[in-house]
Order: sequence, then C-alpha cells, then structure tokens
Amino acid sequence: MTKSTRNYLIFGAFLIFSLVSWIVEYDFGLAIWDNFLVFAIDMVLILPPAFILIGLFDVWAKNETIEKHFGKTNNPMRFIYSILLASTTVGGTFVAFPVANALYHKGAKYSSIFTYVTAASLFMIPMTIMEASILGLKFTSIRLLASIPFIVIGAILLEKYFEKTGYQLPTVND
Amino acid sequence: MIALYIVTGGALVVSFLFDPTKTLMGLKKGWMKFYKTLPNYLFLLMLISLILLVSEDFIIENLGQENVFLGVLFSLGIGSVTMMPGFIAYPLSRILLERGVPYMVITAFVTSLMLVGVVTYPLEKAYMGRKATILRNIMSFLVAAGISLIAGILYGEIV
Repeated sequence: MTKSTRNYLIFGAFLIFSLVSWIVEYDFGLAIWDNFLVFAIDMVLILPPAFILIGLFDVWAKNETIEKHFGKTNNPMRFIYSILLASTTVGGTFVAFPVANALYHKGAKYSSIFTYVTAASLFMIPMTIMEASILGLKFTSIRLLASIPFIVIGAILLEKYFEKTGYQLPTVND
Repeated sequence: MIALYIVTGGALVVSFLFDPTKTLMGLKKGWMKFYKTLPNYLFLLMLISLILLVSEDFIIENLGQENVFLGVLFSLGIGSVTMMPGFIAYPLSRILLERGVPYMVITAFVTSLMLVGVVTYPLEKAYMGRKATILRNIMSFLVAAGISLIAGILYGEIV
C-alpha cells in the first residue's frame, strides 16, 4: 500500500467517524469536524490557484532568470528577492514548500530557498496586517525587523552545510 | 485571497495567449503535483484539527508562568508542535497579554507557531527531504528563541 493510499484510507475513516459523531451527537467528534472545516475551506480556496501558478511557473520560468536572481552568483540581493517573493506568497508554508522545491530545481541557491521558506511563514502580508491590528504595530514591527538577520544567518549556515555534504532536494513531479 | 485569483486568472490568460500548448503542459504539471500531495494535506488538516481542540485551554494555562524564561520555553514548545490559523492565534495572544503574560512569551509563541512545524513534517519532507526538514526546523526553533529574546530586551522585560 502506498503512502497516499494509506492517507486516503485514514481520511475515509475520519469522514466515517465524523458522520457517526453527527448521528449519535458525539460532541468531541463534532468539534474536530468543525475545526477541520475551518482549515479545509481555506485550503480548498487557496490550493487550486496556487498549484496552477506553480505549474505555470514550472513551464515558463527560465533557469537562467532564476539563477540570476536566486542562484549561483553571490549577489546579496537574492535575500531581498527571496523575502519579497515570500511576503506575497498566499497560503504560508503549505504553498511555500512546493514553490521552494520548484525554485531549487530551477537553480536557486540553498540560502535563497531557506530564506524564502522561513520568510514565507513570517512575512505574509495579509497575516501581518491582521497581527498588527490585534497585537499592535509595535509588536509586529519588532517581530519582523528582529527576524531578518536571524533568517539570513540561519539560511547561510544551512547552505554551507548542505553544499559541503552535497545534499539534494527530492524531485516532485509526474 | 481575491488577489490570488486575479493573479492566477491573469497569468493563465497571458500564458494562453503566448503559447496554448505550454499552458496546458503547465496545468498538467500543476495538477500532477496537486494530486500527489492532496492526501498529505488532508491527513495534516485532520491532525491539526484534533491538536487544536485539545491544546487551547492547555496553552492559556501554561503560558502565564511566573518565570519569564520558563514561559518562553513553554511557548516555544507549544508553538512548535501546534498549528493554528492567525484568526485564532492572535485573539488568543491578545487574551494572554491581557492576563499579564509578557510580550517576550507571546513573541516566542507566535513566532514558533509560524516557523516550526512538527505537524507539517510529512509535507515538508516530501518537498525538502528528511535532512533539510529536520535541520530547518531546528534552525527555526533557534531563530524563534532569538527573536523573542530581542523582543524581551526591546520591551524592557529582561535587563
């Protein structure tokens, strides 16, 4: 049995569990289902356009362009490009992982993709606006500004290690 | 969200005008990737729904520690293993702040919540590989600790 079949089976069991919970009015089961719906609605809305964009990116983005902005040259601008790309990524890490993988196979450096993935979870624009309105602008600015040096340093350290050991990201494709 | 649809729609139209076959190929590639990861996403959402349900009271109880550093450690731990959308995490943080929990602890909670993903491990592994996933999460944990330390200093909560 492959991993996806197993996950589908588990999900099927979950659906049955929720249905039974609904019939016998089992509160705990219903509460899980409510939580699930909250997330699922978001995912259903975000994932299809996100994967269309990833597919289009895959056929159109030229390796040279990606390499020039995110890759081989030691241009420090690549950190800025990575953070900018990250802040506009809708869907956080759920979308950032596949994008990072695609970037890597188009020739982006490790430090660029780690900066991108990390920044994608910290810098998303809609979430940042929400945070500032609930917790205050001061809190949000401190959080964002303090994180930039850590993200970049962490990404560089990881890159050093991965380049030394010759690590490769998995290929996810048809 | 609407912006995402406008951008996607625009990109599709432009791409199609330039090269219909290439566009179809892109759609097919996107669909294959989506199809391959969908069960991962579903499994993950189930897990998160369950964790979120049992964790909310636990979080409120444990983040309001007397000792700030203990509170930070707790937040980092809880933030790493749980996952929740912003519209739950931020109001929760607001409640904690009103109960006198220091900003440093809140920063640790919010940052590790976003950065460190123990539950997203299977998804991340599929795209980044096992080693990169583990190391990135360890690195992110340290980054979250560093950010909360700076927040603690700037808010004057530690000297």
